[in-house]
Amino acid sequence: MELLITNGIVYDPINQISGEKVDILVKDGKIVSGVKNPKTIDAGGRIVMPGGVDMHTHIAGGKMNVGRMLRPEDGRRCIESRKKLTRACTGYSVPNTFATGYRYAKMGYTTTFEPAMPPLLARHTHEEFRDIPIVDKGGIPLLDNHWLIMEYVKSGDMDKLTAFIAWMMNATKGYGIKIVNAGGGEAWGWGKNVRNLDDIVPNFDITPAEIIHGLAEANERLNLPHSIHIHCNNLGHPGNYDTTLATFDLVKDVTSHNRQVMHATHIQYHSYGGSTWADMHSKADAIASYVNSHDHVTVDPGQVMFGDTTTMTADGPMEYELHMMSKRKWTNKDVELETGSGIIPIFYSRKVSVNSIQWAIGLELALLIKSPWKTAITTDHPNGAPFTRYPEIISLLMSKKRREEVLKGVHSAINKRAIISSIDRELNWADIAIMTRASPAKILGLDKHGKGHLGIGADADIAIYDISPEEDDPRKIQSALSHAKYTIKGGEIVVKDGEIVAVPEGRTYWVNPEFDGEATKAMLEDLAVKFKEYYSVSLANYPVQDAYVPHPVEIKTRCKNAS
Amino acid sequence: MIITDVLCPFCGDLCDDIIVEVEGNKIIEVKEACETGVSKMMGHERIAAPMIRENGKLRETTYEEAITKAAEILTNSLRPLMYGWGSTTCEADKKGIELAEEIGAIIDNTTSVCHAPSVLAIQNVGLPSCTLGQIKNRADLIIYWGSNQAEAHPRHMSKYTSFTKGFFTKEGRKGKHVIVFDVRKTTTAEVADDFVQIIPGDDYRVLSALRVILAGAGDVVPSSVGGVPKEKLIEIVDRMKSSRFGVLFFGMGLTQSRGKPYNVANAISLVRELNAHTKFAVMPMRGHFNVTGFNQVCAWSTGFAFAVDFARGKPWYNPGETSTVDVLNRGECDSALIVASDPAAHFPRKSVEHLAKIPLIQIDPCPNLTTELADIVLPAAIAGIEVEGTAYRMDGVPLRLRKLIEPVHLSDEEILSRILSKVREIRGD
Repeated sequence: MELLITNGIVYDPINQISGEKVDILVKDGKIVSGVKNPKTIDAGGRIVMPGGVDMHTHIAGGKMNVGRMLRPEDGRRCIESRKKLTRACTGYSVPNTFATGYRYAKMGYTTTFEPAMPPLLARHTHEEFRDIPIVDKGGIPLLDNHWLIMEYVKSGDMDKLTAFIAWMMNATKGYGIKIVNAGGGEAWGWGKNVRNLDDIVPNFDITPAEIIHGLAEANERLNLPHSIHIHCNNLGHPGNYDTTLATFDLVKDVTSHNRQVMHATHIQYHSYGGSTWADMHSKADAIASYVNSHDHVTVDPGQVMFGDTTTMTADGPMEYELHMMSKRKWTNKDVELETGSGIIPIFYSRKVSVNSIQWAIGLELALLIKSPWKTAITTDHPNGAPFTRYPEIISLLMSKKRREEVLKGVHSAINKRAIISSIDRELNWADIAIMTRASPAKILGLDKHGKGHLGIGADADIAIYDISPEEDDPRKIQSALSHAKYTIKGGEIVVKDGEIVAVPEGRTYWVNPEFDGEATKAMLEDLAVKFKEYYSVSLANYPVQDAYVPHPVEIKTRCKNAS
Repeated sequence: MIITDVLCPFCGDLCDDIIVEVEGNKIIEVKEACETGVSKMMGHERIAAPMIRENGKLRETTYEEAITKAAEILTNSLRPLMYGWGSTTCEADKKGIELAEEIGAIIDNTTSVCHAPSVLAIQNVGLPSCTLGQIKNRADLIIYWGSNQAEAHPRHMSKYTSFTKGFFTKEGRKGKHVIVFDVRKTTTAEVADDFVQIIPGDDYRVLSALRVILAGAGDVVPSSVGGVPKEKLIEIVDRMKSSRFGVLFFGMGLTQSRGKPYNVANAISLVRELNAHTKFAVMPMRGHFNVTGFNQVCAWSTGFAFAVDFARGKPWYNPGETSTVDVLNRGECDSALIVASDPAAHFPRKSVEHLAKIPLIQIDPCPNLTTELADIVLPAAIAGIEVEGTAYRMDGVPLRLRKLIEPVHLSDEEILSRILSKVREIRGD
């Protein structure tokens, strides 16, 4: 099918198009330079952007599904009937798979990355991916607490480390390296934790700093499209911002081809000053200042929005701490040799000082980081809030007036312990186009694979919003971003006037690093021992079979300096 | 031909180290599996062909006719029930849920009569748990409560708990302490270090006493609770607190005895509170090899783990109202589709009486008591022997079942898919 989108005000930051009237031509799912008999969409002066890219959203797999089972009270929210084309939808913070795909598409999003895939349960993540309609997906496996990773980092055997990561990408059909509270998952196997970068992981005689640095180096040797993707140690503790800054500094010496070497996620939870909850305050300025003056780190905020949601993370000890504070129902799931996870419901209240400050910090980071290319818009769905609140967040970032309205109703601590009220910056449409598409695509390394832009050859993933660039009413902005006028996915119109009109299956991106050094053989021998002695499944049954990835996009990389 | 690393499609342990020898499309030998697993994999009596009941008797027919009749029954029903799913693939579950949504059925699985109380308890208090390998590598205290896995999950102890060695459990059985709580001395209790006999129906009290002692208020506990002397309870709490990694497995002895979900919530709460002292996990001993899988698929596709009613066009989940036995006992459903399960053998009499009254469609590889009541019988290939697909182990680890021999019959998924197409055809969709 051919499409011509005309009269749109296009924001395509990767191609330096910022609010210009440019025709967009589509053929066979791609952006092209010429068409013959296109169906014409007259955008009528509305905003046109590449399809949205969510680089960090917990949408699928063991954790999300346990969240659904744990919280039928959440499942009973936002219920929608089955329609001719669409399956029934349930859930607010723990939506069913169908709702997840439809709701992203309705917001003009076409690519979503699940950033916490436990390798042993990767098959589950891919099963759910299959049932998330429309959007393209990728899953980033959790690797930092894996026994073999820690052993290789400890012994300094970079070849075997690299070989094992390459094997893991294949086995999990994974997209990169996720680190969560490095070393803390293993410690949590004994009910313990690591707090600081130089704490020793029990029984493995290794520190979080060594794990993070080793994985960053391996990541670059493998030439992975994305950098290491890290949830820093010490999440959610007052005074943790210095751990965060030290983590950034850890990988300063690592070089990459042409992107960041570390993506630090949901950085809002890692930007706290103070020593207790009573004096906890925003250190967004310190974090933003570091990011502004260094090019090796990118971050996403993990914005908190007021209301009920569900927290879920591979940071098991943190969820237990939350449980001990709130006493709300708590699940934990440690995964043998690899990782863990925890889930607990949470209510972020505007009447609570800490929650108000958390809300402020996320916005502060997005506003104080000067270059939108160094960040992206996230809520760490569903941890800070469900992804369906992005339009509201964008309206806050674009309007100081709207922020001031909210500020009137929040806890007064925000005046002394946060910076938000002193910030005048209002993001513009170009900033938003970068932070919701171009930048996350670049950070993930997907821009080279047709995502996040509308250049010739790019995927024809396009959003048209029913708003003109001059409009500055934050409520109109929120409304327009919530219900795309059109969402086009792979050249097919999937949303029209905010309603789903087609439900194609999305594709799954995964990385296949070629690594054929001698080390692979030796690594496989070590791995065989791990399976024979310690895993509860056999090696032959571990790798995710092709049947689970029916629409794969395989990105091959070549390893540099393999010995 | 020898096939290794085969998954056993019998119990929730989902052993994946079975060796099978196949000759001429027949399994001639099964190694490593338990007796029950071997028996299932070696095969026994099968349903020969699709059947339709006429004048009280089942007569053989074609899939085409049986599927058409099944689709007609479902389409013409006001309140169809779709139950079973314990022993099939997730792929079949998915198709079943799609069909249920399309015809506005109630869909429910065997969880409804085994671990439904566990699901309800988890919704109240959560579930601190782990994968089975974590237990193999770390646990030095293993507790089985109301679960006789020596009979029900025969390789559980040798693969994951008492009789295995792991990274931090190199001493094997010697370094572990095993406690069994049950109302009678089971085979499992015979090989435990401690057997704690509870008066039937008193599990809740015993769990409460343990929690009270753990909370440091042991002085209010009477000298004996549920038949267990107070000294013994104190000793057990001390042992729990001083373990490095403890685990409590519970079975239907806890979920289906007096108190049901309250028992389970109490057990989970005990484990939760133990985490203030040491590492402790809790896990339901799920029965059929993929009963967990249905809960997973149902949760991600409907938002709820079981007992989902689509009559309103959208999922309505209210166990007690939408769970199978309740629906049957109210005489509410006017047809039923039973997949990979045998409710006639396991349900209360009143429920079975209603099943006998209404048009009943069965999809199953083997004849069972439900066949005797069925009006339409659709023979299926055996998941994990003749059909590949996904199954979730009791701890939520998903694995891919293998196809060992060529099937004679259609798979559950294919049958459901054809019924769905036929339903759409009848409705003119």
